[in-house]
Amino acid sequence: MTRNRTAGPTRRELFETQQRWRSIRIAATSTVLVVVALIVLVPLAPGWAKVQQSFFNGEVLVKTFPKLLEAFKINVMIFAWSAPAIAVLGLLIALARDTKSPALFPLRIFGAAFTDIFRGVPVILTVYLIGFGIPGLGLTRPWNSPYIWGSLALILTYSAYVAEIFRSGIDSVHHSQRAAALSLGLTEGQVMRDVVLPQAVRNVVPSQMNMLIALQKDVSLLSFIGPVEIFRQAGVFKSLLANFTPYVGAAIIFLIVTIPATRYADHLMAKQMRERR
Amino acid sequence: MSKLNLRNVVKRFGDRTVCDGIDLTVDEGQMVCLIGASGAGKSTVLRCINLLEPIEDGEILLDGVDISVPGLDPQSVRARIGIVFQSFNLFPHMTALDNVMLAPRRVRGRTRAELLPQIEEMFERFGLADRMLNYPDQLSGGQQQRVAIVRALAMQPEVMLFDEITSALDPQLVGEVLDVLLMLKQQGMTMVMATHEMGFARQAADKVCFLQNGRIVEEGPPEQLFDHPRQDATRQFLARALK
Repeated sequence: MTRNRTAGPTRRELFETQQRWRSIRIAATSTVLVVVALIVLVPLAPGWAKVQQSFFNGEVLVKTFPKLLEAFKINVMIFAWSAPAIAVLGLLIALARDTKSPALFPLRIFGAAFTDIFRGVPVILTVYLIGFGIPGLGLTRPWNSPYIWGSLALILTYSAYVAEIFRSGIDSVHHSQRAAALSLGLTEGQVMRDVVLPQAVRNVVPSQMNMLIALQKDVSLLSFIGPVEIFRQAGVFKSLLANFTPYVGAAIIFLIVTIPATRYADHLMAKQMRERR
Repeated sequence: MSKLNLRNVVKRFGDRTVCDGIDLTVDEGQMVCLIGASGAGKSTVLRCINLLEPIEDGEILLDGVDISVPGLDPQSVRARIGIVFQSFNLFPHMTALDNVMLAPRRVRGRTRAELLPQIEEMFERFGLADRMLNYPDQLSGGQQQRVAIVRALAMQPEVMLFDEITSALDPQLVGEVLDVLLMLKQQGMTMVMATHEMGFARQAADKVCFLQNGRIVEEGPPEQLFDHPRQDATRQFLARALK
């Protein structure tokens, strides 16, 4: 009954190969057309020479790029200490909102208010209010550092979003899992820790990856309260050289980090979809 | 004194009465099979006994002690009553071994090392010796269901409840799971089982109860209930079920 595989491709395989090549030819042709159109048409715009000079100036790019890269280290640093704090705080808020005990009612209220407030206020406003407001209480060095309070603003805002994602993850674990764990005599807390949370966290990894990518970009908002990170550094160069190319350089640096991260998040998401069928 | 005693148990979901005054007595070492159409209340009875569903009225006695008292700490009761579900409900992020060890470790405070010899022996007895380190999605339905039974047994329960545990299995896998139940019966386990496997109920049960609309319409030893049912409803159900 099994077909002899050495007999060559089947009719359907031949047809599909043919179709595949046809798709590739069409895609290649249309891509080439679009790219050629861009290369030919954009420089025909009346302001192109000026734009090229002030945004895509190779000389400026080469001169400023190393310094921008240097400044980007500050972004990475702020990101590196904020991200773990966000993960922990976000999880705690999610758990606080899902508690049942009447004694913890204040905690539930707090959790709900926290997410409402920090998701409702623009990040930049939170950064301003906390970044300028708290040191304004008369704190002395090092406690008046914008790094501390700026990071806190990011941590609070992002924890609110991350907490909601964790909660959706907790809801996504089928209730029969809880029933099975409870029926074995586990307490509610043990059920959460050993059975529900591990599955919930796994379910939301792709979504949380997207939050990380967003955070990486929003670190730049701290430039408004002091730290000379990449965006601020690019601004300094812009003033110095009267040229916008450093902003393009900064954008390139961000993309170098965010594009692989985005691809990876998409890959995780697609993998999860496949596993769930 | 009987091991398990249900007296006039009433369970409602909203305005739907799922258990409408269930009376049931299970003696030590007995196997009781609950039969009846889907929605008759078989599963709900089991979930109520395990305190997964609070009951509206009546009482449930385990060794003569009322375990359905509102406000009673359910954990200690559940640790004494094992339940196996239709859909296995293994924890997908743990190996078969960890699935089984979780409750004894957390609830009884035992260590892995203490548990291992005894659990290994159970896996072996149930033909799962080479499956201990597999994850649930690497096991067949029959294997998963046997792991679920081992998981419940590892708490050394006094009563085991089985909720249509073969309904989600391919026909050729049903036998291996039912064999495990026969083994447990020989060891003297007290068991209550909701099932559609009439042949098995006739062969293995000490008592069969036919449920309809949340009531036990008729109960008796399998020979009597299957061969000489007294109620019309039982006769009609069996005529359809055994067709």
